[in-house]
Amino acid sequence: MGRVFISLYTALLVVFGLAPALYALVLAFTDEAGFAGFDNFIGIFNDYRFWPAVTNVASFLALWLVVQTVFVVLLALIVHQISVRWIGAVARFVYYIPGAFAGAASVMVWLFLLDPAVSPVSGLLTSMGFDSFVQTVEQGNLPWIFMIIAFWTGAGQWIVIMYGALNGINPEVIEAARVDGAGIFHTAVKVQIPLLKKWIAYMAVMCLAAGAQLFVEPRVLSQASKGVVPEDYSLNQLVYLYAFRQGDYHGSAALSIMLLVVSLLLASVFVFKGGLFDRD
Amino acid sequence: MTATDTAVRSARANGWARAKQLGPREWLTRIFFLAVAIFFALFFLVPIAWLLLAPTKTQRELLLEDPFSVGTWDTLVANFESLSAYQNGIIWESIGNSALYAGGALIITLVASIPAGYALALIDFKGRALLLTTTLVVMLIPNTALVLPVFLEMSALGLVGTAWSVILPFSFFPFGVYLTYIYFSTTVSKDLLNAARIDGAGEFKVFWLVAMPLAKPVIALVGFFSLVQNWNNYFLPFFMVNGRDYPVQVRITEMLANVPAFNPTSSSSVVVEFPVLALATLLSVTPVLLVFLFSQRFLVSGMTAGGLKG
Repeated sequence: MGRVFISLYTALLVVFGLAPALYALVLAFTDEAGFAGFDNFIGIFNDYRFWPAVTNVASFLALWLVVQTVFVVLLALIVHQISVRWIGAVARFVYYIPGAFAGAASVMVWLFLLDPAVSPVSGLLTSMGFDSFVQTVEQGNLPWIFMIIAFWTGAGQWIVIMYGALNGINPEVIEAARVDGAGIFHTAVKVQIPLLKKWIAYMAVMCLAAGAQLFVEPRVLSQASKGVVPEDYSLNQLVYLYAFRQGDYHGSAALSIMLLVVSLLLASVFVFKGGLFDRD
Repeated sequence: MTATDTAVRSARANGWARAKQLGPREWLTRIFFLAVAIFFALFFLVPIAWLLLAPTKTQRELLLEDPFSVGTWDTLVANFESLSAYQNGIIWESIGNSALYAGGALIITLVASIPAGYALALIDFKGRALLLTTTLVVMLIPNTALVLPVFLEMSALGLVGTAWSVILPFSFFPFGVYLTYIYFSTTVSKDLLNAARIDGAGEFKVFWLVAMPLAKPVIALVGFFSLVQNWNNYFLPFFMVNGRDYPVQVRITEMLANVPAFNPTSSSSVVVEFPVLALATLLSVTPVLLVFLFSQRFLVSGMTAGGLKG
């Protein structure tokens, strides 16, 4: 009887989950002539665009993970401290609202913010020596820019989730720490943050998976800067170029698979280090 | 109000009362917290405030005036008309496309995932554990990773360029099934269903008359995540459709080609000015912003945490 209930979902799972995953594997290990072993992968390793793209994505990810972890935890702790209910709710909503812009719209918003000609923070930009949009988006700044955009859109959701987790901590535990003379700072470091460990690991996993797929941000900046930001900046942009510029679906699939495997491997580090699957 | 809620409140009230006798160190911490909270509130809000004001100004005003000056209603109307006229109202067409893609997917997602999550939680059937495990694993695969093979599948089926090539992949939403599964396993007991079964209700009747009336919160939750994610998805429709079939998220980035400030060499005679582009950006997320405003209570409650907990 359960079969009827799961039939439509199972069909979707097979067609859009399992089949594409298998198909990608087949494509990655074959070429027009048949089985190709690791040839497609070797071809990608030797592509002059590959390693720079790896470096670009990796530096963005490293920067983002650190900033995201530090400030999401800090802001969740702060919001949790606010004792007036409605102020807390307003603060959480304010932090959350840029999430509505996730994707292309957030990059469009930041195009304006990064252009000293119209930016509300043009004073800040010029004081850092950026007098035009093209100067702001020079290569060295890009990991920072992508980190800021990703944090702007994504932080709020995690602040709310961490806040929910903090509410789940038994207030007596915190009260006991306070009675023992622990201040806000010590309570946070000794009691609250250790209890958030799982959630932090979970956030890291989700951010790694999403961040490794960087595409729309460099693509839009590339369109807007007339190629000052290269169109092969990130790995997913290479996936796109392989498939549609070079017509090399096999190379494209191999690159997708590599990206997937690496991000799953990195994610599993956080899963095990963070004890994500441990029972409480 | 639950016992925990009350306990949280009293614990906080105590904390507040004691604040009056805090030493200088605690006060410094509090001032530091306040400063950080305000700094980030500005960081999150200033871009949105700017975006709300920009369409009320002309390009010239935007370049020369204070960034937070308020323009006029007439200018807003003029910008709106100029945006509507751009390529014969292509912005409205693309918003319509987005609504079709995200809305169509929303319906299929709900029809597929609510019964599936229900069955996984409350019915014993062969392959249940396998389906659950597969769902969890597939949930970890970022949706951009499989876009190329899905594109090739769609191309083999002759569906590339049609609305189905976007709607169908959008409808596969394992996270929704997982949320429904968690919801039903924690809120509906098997005993309740068995009681209905003993009363002679068939499986469909049990689902429809017992489970569905209880499912409203999870339908809203799955609907919310599906809609927001699909409306803002860029990568998949960018592969699948072209030209006038683009959803609005792709459309606004295509408009950049006609913005002289970003593209000085553009030979096109059609020109999109900054305020018009800002208005297009704002319109492109308006439906999601509205959904956010209406779901504001559950968004800030931290309730989502319960749903995400494995």
